[in-house]
Amino acid sequence: MNAVNYIMFQIFPYVALAVFAIGCWARFDHGAYTWRSGSSQLLSSRWMRLGSNAFHIGVLAILGGHLVGLLTPHSVYEHFMTSGQKQLLAMVVGGLFGLLCLVGMSLLLVRRIANARIRATGSGRDLAVLVLLFAQLLLGLGSIVVSAGHMDGSQMVKLGEWAQHIVTLRGGAADYVADAHWIYKAHVTLGLTLILITPFTRLVHVWSIPLGYVVRPYQIVRRRTAPLDYSSRR
Amino acid sequence: MSYFLDRLNFFKPASEPFSDGHGAARREDRSWEDSYRRRWQYDKIVRSTHGVNCTGSCSWKVYVKNGLVTWETQQTDYPRTRPDLPNHEPRGCPRGASYSWYLYSANRVKYPLVRSALLKLWREARRTGAPVEAWASIIADPEQSRSYKSKRGMGGFVRSSWDEVNEIIAAANLHTVKAFGPDRVVGFSPIPAMSMVSYAAGARYLSLLGGACLSFYDWYCDLPPSSPQVWGEQTDVPESADWYNSRYLIAWGSNVPQTRTPDAHFFTEARYNGTKTVAITPDYSEVAKLTDHWLHPKQGTDAALAFAMGHVILREFHVDNPSPYFTAYCRQYSDMPLLVRLERRPDGRLVPERFLRAADLGGLGERNNPEWKTLAYDEISGALVVPNGSVGFRWGEKGKWNIEEKDSAGRATLLRLSLAGVHDGLEPVSFPYFGGVEHAYWIESKFEDVLERTIPVRRLALGDGKEWLVATVYDLLLAQYGVDRGFGGGHVAASYDDNVPGTPAWQEKITGVPRADVIQIAREFARTADKTRGRAMIIVGAAMNHWFHNDMNYRGLINMLVMCGCVGQSGGGWAHYVGQEKLRPQSGWTPVAFGLDWSKPPRQMNGTSFFYFNSSQYRYEKLGVEEILSPLADRSRHTGSLADYNLRAVRMGWLPAVPQLNTNPLQLMREAEKAGIPPVDYAVGKLKDGSLDFAFADPEAPENYPRNLFIWRSNLLGSSGKGHEYMLKHLLGTRHGLQGKDLGERGATKPEEVKWRDEAPEGKLDLLVTLDFRMCTTALYSDIVLPTATWYEKDDLNTSDMHPFIHPLSKAVDPAWEARSDWEIFKGIARSVSAMAPGVLGVEKDLVLVPTLHDTPNEIAMPYGVTDWKKGECELIPGKTAPSMVVVERDYPNLYRKFTSLGPLLDQQGNGGKGMSWETGHEVEFLARLNREVAEPGVSQGRPRLDTAIDVAEAILHLAPETNGHVAVKAWKSLESFTGRSHTHLAEGKEHEAIRFRDIQAQPRKIISSPIWSGLEDDNVSYNASYTNVHELIPWRTLTGRQQFYQDHEWMRDFGEGLMSYRPPVDTKTIKPIFGKKPNGNTEIVLNWITPHQKWGIHSTYSDNLIMQTLSRGGPIVWLSEDDAKRAGIEDNDWIELFNVNGAIAARAVVSQRVMNGIAMMYHAQERIINTPGSEITGTRGGIHNSVTRVVVKPTHMIGGYAQLAYGFNYYGTVGTNRDELVIVRKMSTVDWLDGEPVPPSAKEVA
Repeated sequence: MNAVNYIMFQIFPYVALAVFAIGCWARFDHGAYTWRSGSSQLLSSRWMRLGSNAFHIGVLAILGGHLVGLLTPHSVYEHFMTSGQKQLLAMVVGGLFGLLCLVGMSLLLVRRIANARIRATGSGRDLAVLVLLFAQLLLGLGSIVVSAGHMDGSQMVKLGEWAQHIVTLRGGAADYVADAHWIYKAHVTLGLTLILITPFTRLVHVWSIPLGYVVRPYQIVRRRTAPLDYSSRR
Repeated sequence: MSYFLDRLNFFKPASEPFSDGHGAARREDRSWEDSYRRRWQYDKIVRSTHGVNCTGSCSWKVYVKNGLVTWETQQTDYPRTRPDLPNHEPRGCPRGASYSWYLYSANRVKYPLVRSALLKLWREARRTGAPVEAWASIIADPEQSRSYKSKRGMGGFVRSSWDEVNEIIAAANLHTVKAFGPDRVVGFSPIPAMSMVSYAAGARYLSLLGGACLSFYDWYCDLPPSSPQVWGEQTDVPESADWYNSRYLIAWGSNVPQTRTPDAHFFTEARYNGTKTVAITPDYSEVAKLTDHWLHPKQGTDAALAFAMGHVILREFHVDNPSPYFTAYCRQYSDMPLLVRLERRPDGRLVPERFLRAADLGGLGERNNPEWKTLAYDEISGALVVPNGSVGFRWGEKGKWNIEEKDSAGRATLLRLSLAGVHDGLEPVSFPYFGGVEHAYWIESKFEDVLERTIPVRRLALGDGKEWLVATVYDLLLAQYGVDRGFGGGHVAASYDDNVPGTPAWQEKITGVPRADVIQIAREFARTADKTRGRAMIIVGAAMNHWFHNDMNYRGLINMLVMCGCVGQSGGGWAHYVGQEKLRPQSGWTPVAFGLDWSKPPRQMNGTSFFYFNSSQYRYEKLGVEEILSPLADRSRHTGSLADYNLRAVRMGWLPAVPQLNTNPLQLMREAEKAGIPPVDYAVGKLKDGSLDFAFADPEAPENYPRNLFIWRSNLLGSSGKGHEYMLKHLLGTRHGLQGKDLGERGATKPEEVKWRDEAPEGKLDLLVTLDFRMCTTALYSDIVLPTATWYEKDDLNTSDMHPFIHPLSKAVDPAWEARSDWEIFKGIARSVSAMAPGVLGVEKDLVLVPTLHDTPNEIAMPYGVTDWKKGECELIPGKTAPSMVVVERDYPNLYRKFTSLGPLLDQQGNGGKGMSWETGHEVEFLARLNREVAEPGVSQGRPRLDTAIDVAEAILHLAPETNGHVAVKAWKSLESFTGRSHTHLAEGKEHEAIRFRDIQAQPRKIISSPIWSGLEDDNVSYNASYTNVHELIPWRTLTGRQQFYQDHEWMRDFGEGLMSYRPPVDTKTIKPIFGKKPNGNTEIVLNWITPHQKWGIHSTYSDNLIMQTLSRGGPIVWLSEDDAKRAGIEDNDWIELFNVNGAIAARAVVSQRVMNGIAMMYHAQERIINTPGSEITGTRGGIHNSVTRVVVKPTHMIGGYAQLAYGFNYYGTVGTNRDELVIVRKMSTVDWLDGEPVPPSAKEVA
């Protein structure tokens, strides 16, 4: 049991992160034309505006919450609030955005399964990603219920320690989640799995949010860099 | 190295701002741009074109990448033509540019398909029987044959294999030949010029089998019978570049930018050149925006407008201030000076009869064909002379068939146009008048139906001892046009404002065109022609030719052109553009296509009469002969129905018939042999005693059905099939939307000689095979669909009348999936037939009936009146008073060997065309070296190979004068022997030029001038019709050798068309029985049914192409005027239904100011397989544009044995008119897509 725990929460995170980083890089370089969000909006815009927006707003907020929540060292925020307060904040904010995300994803899931044109055009991977995300969301929402049983924030601090150990390349990270409720373990495992499969799915489009458009000048020109002789590639 | 790493350049300045930071110049990796470069990179370009009967014949670059055709663009490397002429390029249109879509579309036919209902029966029968027996057992069982025929068009295709389909087709063909006769195997394929080798494939197979090819030009109603009537020429027209040479262009019913897209630039360029342009169209069509003037006569009344314009031209340029040019032109090149006999009727009326002939005066020294030589008065000698050039000089003697201004004795002549001044008297002559015939939807102009006008006449004592009055065509013509010349009498006008038939004032009421416009345009037209020696042109489409009285519309225009000396002059003349008729290397192609290298004559049938009888449309005929007869005709000689007329025409050898006789011709020959009587005598004897008859005498008898039909390169049922619902019912035997009752059910008068059977058969065809690359309507109705190569997957030849270049179709890629080229498909069928024949059919004798053909000595068969042997009016003489009968040997086991080699008759008998002939052994010998000889032992050993499509193309190119200079010189030499004039100089410069297939793949090549055509193609003149007639003095191939204003055949006179006049549309009587009978609550209005050519397709092709669908509304549409739409409560885009007793159409309404009131306009051939809902009238899916039409034939088009009025395949004969039709239009109340229709279980499983 200990070995399984070690593999899942000490080794697997690095495997997932490594595959994520190297995989995304490789795909960006070698499969640039597959680098896309794979939107099916052209085939059917029905439920798309509500579903997609609800999902994306929810999921981006949740992701941000996870990053800040898990990676901020306890010493940094203990001056403002207790870990219990922080847990409550996470439960409320995460729960609200989680519900928003649930509404959006339900619509997207039904649409992907029920709409004949999308079913015929979409790939199995698109469906798998959506199902996995849906499962991950349900687990996350489920963990709120479990968390409500211990409002002291200690479990949350442990999960934070785990994450901080992982990203700072320290050993013993797995010990912080060894005795956690199964729902946390499942949520973490599935989350790592999603990171792992990202390079192979449409999820890579998270890298390509065109934020630069907001501040770019009106006209952009590119200096000539290619040699006049097109045959000799640099 | 890596796109990702290359982006990690944070220490380099990201961008250099400019314009106060509004812009920025970046240095960044740009290799991603190569993707756009790669998008337009390709592996190779292949030159091809589109074989789609659009007349474009445009040169295209077809791009191939990774073994797939990716796109196409216009080629721009045409050879330059003449100085001062704009370039031809670029040629092409959006339709052609979207063609590559088809190759890999879902609509592509990918495998040989058979309807499962038939395939199950076949496999079951094959389990125990040999192929031919298996087929026989299926069609002998009425239950079995009904079971698959009734499923036609209902889906249920399953994939088969080439071996299996070839076996079924061969078995069906062989059984049909054996049991019913080879003439029961029929093929329909149109327009050889669009892909000559593909056409030749099927035609060669059928001809060697003894089957018949159906004509298409007349069936499409694109053939203007007026052209053979006036010129003896099928159709010959200027190339589009010649528009630029014109100084006055009238586009009369021809929508140039829409239907001649690649040529339209010459039209606009001509305007920059100072040419005035006029559009005459009933709608505000696209061409109208390119012109200085737009006239819009009510549709169907163009003849009245042309008649009035002719009146103005005659008045101002022939009578008041005669143009010396016009006078000289008409004297030499038209029949104006020729004399016509005037018949004194018992009631005292004087009526124009036939042309006076030399034989009437004892021959006037003419021993050869004096009954075929016309006469005129000579102003120089004052005597009656026999001018050279009439048809009598063409046959039986040499050297005088020309139109030099000489008489047959060689004396110079100046033929007298008018007898005024030398007349013996002024007499009132009677002319029929049709402008007063009433019609509910057209306005008549009432006068008496016979008008008397006074003209100068001469008195002659003829050989029969009687005294006759004669008049010139000139005097008759001026009288007919109502021009007052001061001879007194009525019905002639001195002022344009007089309401007399012919005047601009008179036509106003009929056409709605203001008289001032008529006078202005006619005057400008003639003045320009006078100043420029004939550089005035009328561009005309087939629109006006689709009316029942098409001859009147067209002769109205042609008369204007001849009066003004425009025909045969650069920049002038009659530019009739319809289908892609001009098969430039025709005489090289004909022997290959019809197997004349192995046996002749071939069986060729006029399509209109074939479908009129065999789809039983004659059973519903509502137009009585009496309705179209002249008031001056002797009605006792004109009884019976239109079908009777067609039967008589067949009997007298005027028109062909398929099926021919009411028995199997192979069987007839066996009987003759048994009886020991020469075969022709045997047949003649049996015809005379009545034990043998023509199949059309009893078309509903099972032994007289056509049994097998091949359709290739055509969408007969989705496009050109007039009387669509009749075809579905009687020919196919499947679900149809026919609403009307036949003559028997209505208790109407039945045909008098065509046998009537109360029970009308359904499903006459046993086998319908279609070759296509796309699943068109016809394919959906077929029993077997064969996947054929697209225009980018085969090697072939393509020419057009719009330009003088010869184009290839080239195989850019191999045919996709299991498709094969047409040549390979028919080769495969031929191989199966030959393999299967032993034991079924061997070497057989066949009797082929041939009508008296134009351009052969037989064309002068009946010089005076119409005589019918069946009625005892004359003896039955094959080739004279009845069809010629020729015994032809068929060798079924060797059919494949003959198909794939060039046979010996070419070296033995030579080649030729249009009456000329030349020796061609040298060319055959050359082909044996070029294509190599057949090595395998058998009948074809040592003969030139015709194995691949390129072999066939080389044979066509090398045998034809247009593509081989040696042959051109030989052909001109042949013509010299007829005319006695020198012509070879026209080709000598190009004598050593020979165009081969690879030459035209490298660049389009200009053809060589040849006497097969009446125009020249050289450095000085653009191709223009009749150019050699005018400039080389070669006679027109008519009775008189001249352009004929007057048609003197008995039937032409009896049906009132001796001279041109206005005749209103006929009443098709298709509305009353159904108007208001099937109400849906919406208002019903009646409109005239007009079906012009498309903007978003070429016929039905491209109308199912996604790209073109996106440009149009994507489904069937019909245009209505705003007023009509309002009247019927219809708004734009509403679903409407259009119907009459023939059937019904469901479409969406386009409400537009473009359309004038009274018209429902549907672009023809919008494929019914897309977005067509069910009809509320028929309960089945809405039909095609031809669902509301039915063919009505015209007796004058059946005339034969009379010089230019003699049959030729696609040359003369009945035409499929359809514009006189009316439809009821109303808004649909429920739109039912019939989606829930259950799929029959038979469609799902195959044994």
